[in-house]
Amino acid sequence: MSSFSITEPSNRTKWFAGTLVIAYALITMIPLVWIGLTGFKSPADAISYPPKYIIGSDSEAGFQPTLEGYVNLFTTRTRQTEEFLANNPPENWADEIVRQYDMVIVGPSKFGERFLNSVIIGFGSTFLSVFLGTLAAYAFSRFKIPLADDLLFFILSTRMMPPIAVAIPIFLMYRNLGLSDTHLGMILLYTAVNISLAVWLLKGFIDEIPREYEEAALIDGYTRFQAFYKVVLPQAATGIASTAIFCLIFAWNEYAFAVLLTTANAQTAPPFIPTIIGIGGLDWPAIAAGVTIFVLPVMIFTILLRKHLLRGITFGAVRK
Amino acid sequence: MAQIVIKNLKKQFGDFTAVRESSFTIEDGEFFMLLGPSGCGKTTTLRMIAGLELPTSGEIYLDGEEISQRPPSERDIAFVFQMFALYPHMNVYKNISYPLVSQGMPRAAVRDKVNEVAKILGIEDILKRPVGGLSGGDRQRVALGRAIVREPKAFMMDEPLGALDAEFREHMAEELRALHDRMGATTVYVTHDQLEAMQMGDKIVVMNNAVVEQFGTPQEIYDKPATMFVADFIGSPSMNFLSFHGKVGDGATNVAMQNADFTIPRTREPFEGDLAFGVRPEHIKISDAAPFRAEILATEYLGTTQIVTLQTAAGSVKARISAQKAARAGDTVGLEFNPATVTLFDRQSGRALRSELNEGVLHG
Repeated sequence: MSSFSITEPSNRTKWFAGTLVIAYALITMIPLVWIGLTGFKSPADAISYPPKYIIGSDSEAGFQPTLEGYVNLFTTRTRQTEEFLANNPPENWADEIVRQYDMVIVGPSKFGERFLNSVIIGFGSTFLSVFLGTLAAYAFSRFKIPLADDLLFFILSTRMMPPIAVAIPIFLMYRNLGLSDTHLGMILLYTAVNISLAVWLLKGFIDEIPREYEEAALIDGYTRFQAFYKVVLPQAATGIASTAIFCLIFAWNEYAFAVLLTTANAQTAPPFIPTIIGIGGLDWPAIAAGVTIFVLPVMIFTILLRKHLLRGITFGAVRK
Repeated sequence: MAQIVIKNLKKQFGDFTAVRESSFTIEDGEFFMLLGPSGCGKTTTLRMIAGLELPTSGEIYLDGEEISQRPPSERDIAFVFQMFALYPHMNVYKNISYPLVSQGMPRAAVRDKVNEVAKILGIEDILKRPVGGLSGGDRQRVALGRAIVREPKAFMMDEPLGALDAEFREHMAEELRALHDRMGATTVYVTHDQLEAMQMGDKIVVMNNAVVEQFGTPQEIYDKPATMFVADFIGSPSMNFLSFHGKVGDGATNVAMQNADFTIPRTREPFEGDLAFGVRPEHIKISDAAPFRAEILATEYLGTTQIVTLQTAAGSVKARISAQKAARAGDTVGLEFNPATVTLFDRQSGRALRSELNEGVLHG
């Protein structure tokens, strides 16, 4: 055995590659970390210069963490007279925090509702895209469909311009159909945008599953549909998981259509968070708190499925 | 256990004809080989019998019942795939039990049945293992287990030994044949390996270019080829063809080639034109006195025999002769052919001329 190997990189190469990856990870994580920290700062600390970034330190760069941002995010508040404040002691810890600005909590903000809308619309459209995409991809992969290539190209062509280019027609159409500002409308819209991605990605995965598995199931006495869900689906789990992540990220982060088509009822979190800016000045901690909470579900979803995702991104690269 | 009758079976994929009007009968309990080069339609034929492809036209009878348009699940035919196609997300036990589960067999009965099959195949100790890490031979056994566990009417096998290494193939071929003899189930086996077909089969169908060329026992196929393709495809080295222009009468017992006269099996039809004189290497004798002369080009020593390549006026031939016999490249010798084994072919169509020898031979 020589120390030189074609397949195994040398220690120096590994060290270099490792450093590069870690540096890249740090750079991409800085904004996230910054947003996370800002959510726990007071408004003054959030915009102080030089910036403060050490939690709980008395030094120049330190700040005392506070839940002010989160309280402001989830509540609506009004300014009160000194008399009122003196006569009514704070009801709880959150109330106590807002008292320092001579304010009282009068009720919950819309954030919880908007966040729930995001969950319903994001996961709803992801489920629908992946469900329909899997069925369509299976059909394209396995059956002789007349004009299959043209149909696939047509499906892909829906992604050849930015979806927002058709915003005005969709806006008018939705208004006439009564789909404006409804959950169903947004789910349908995001599904329509995502389905081409889902069909193409999943077709790639299903193409890689040998037909013999299904044929074996057919021979073993199962129907075509049983063969599909008992044999093909478990094999396609990786592809389905990574497709679901891509679909969810798009639907979750989508801003333009959400601004245009949703207002009081089905508004999602992305168009809601900036409206915080309008309420009582630039409340950066509250915005950062909103963004932090907003990012969490996608992060958790991705971490749960990351084993599949890793296989998914490199799919096709390695032939078994 | 079943008899399978194939009648005028035809399969087209668009403009491409994969199988052209084929007919043959597979008797109950036979080990039946579908032999031919790749792309000849043998696998398509097998898949049509199993129900994985629907024929364009023609009929398939299983025990007298027409089944050509039924889904595979209603045919009770098992299939062993070339790459085994074991369900990768299940362990060995689940793979073997899967056909029984689909029939709704009670759990305890399934367990007994799987254990029984595992014992037959000698795989009791790997039942709990995932199929991913199994050796080729064990995968093969699991695939067989999945096929035999439900006791189907017939087995279809698509080059089941193709994925195994050469050393193990021979062993597995014997195991397969022994398994078949023990169960006596009708088996249809696709292969492109003529040795495998000769070694294992009770009957062989030779296919080429979507057409059945010949149908018969290994002996018939070898000794009485119906076409030049069959004669060439079977045997190693394959049959020699000496090309000449000549004429035979109905009932003739000899033919003139290159000014020499050869005795042949009595013909059953007259023919005049381009002929091929077909003779197997082992039916050629080198004798110094014979009038048909040839020059030795090369010899190949094989232990008990040697293959001698000779150049004659009608083309080159290979002869299999005893290794003891002296044969030196460059020598000119005379050739004699065993008259009872000669087949004359019409070189244009490749068809064997009818004679005493090949009476009763079945074309496709």
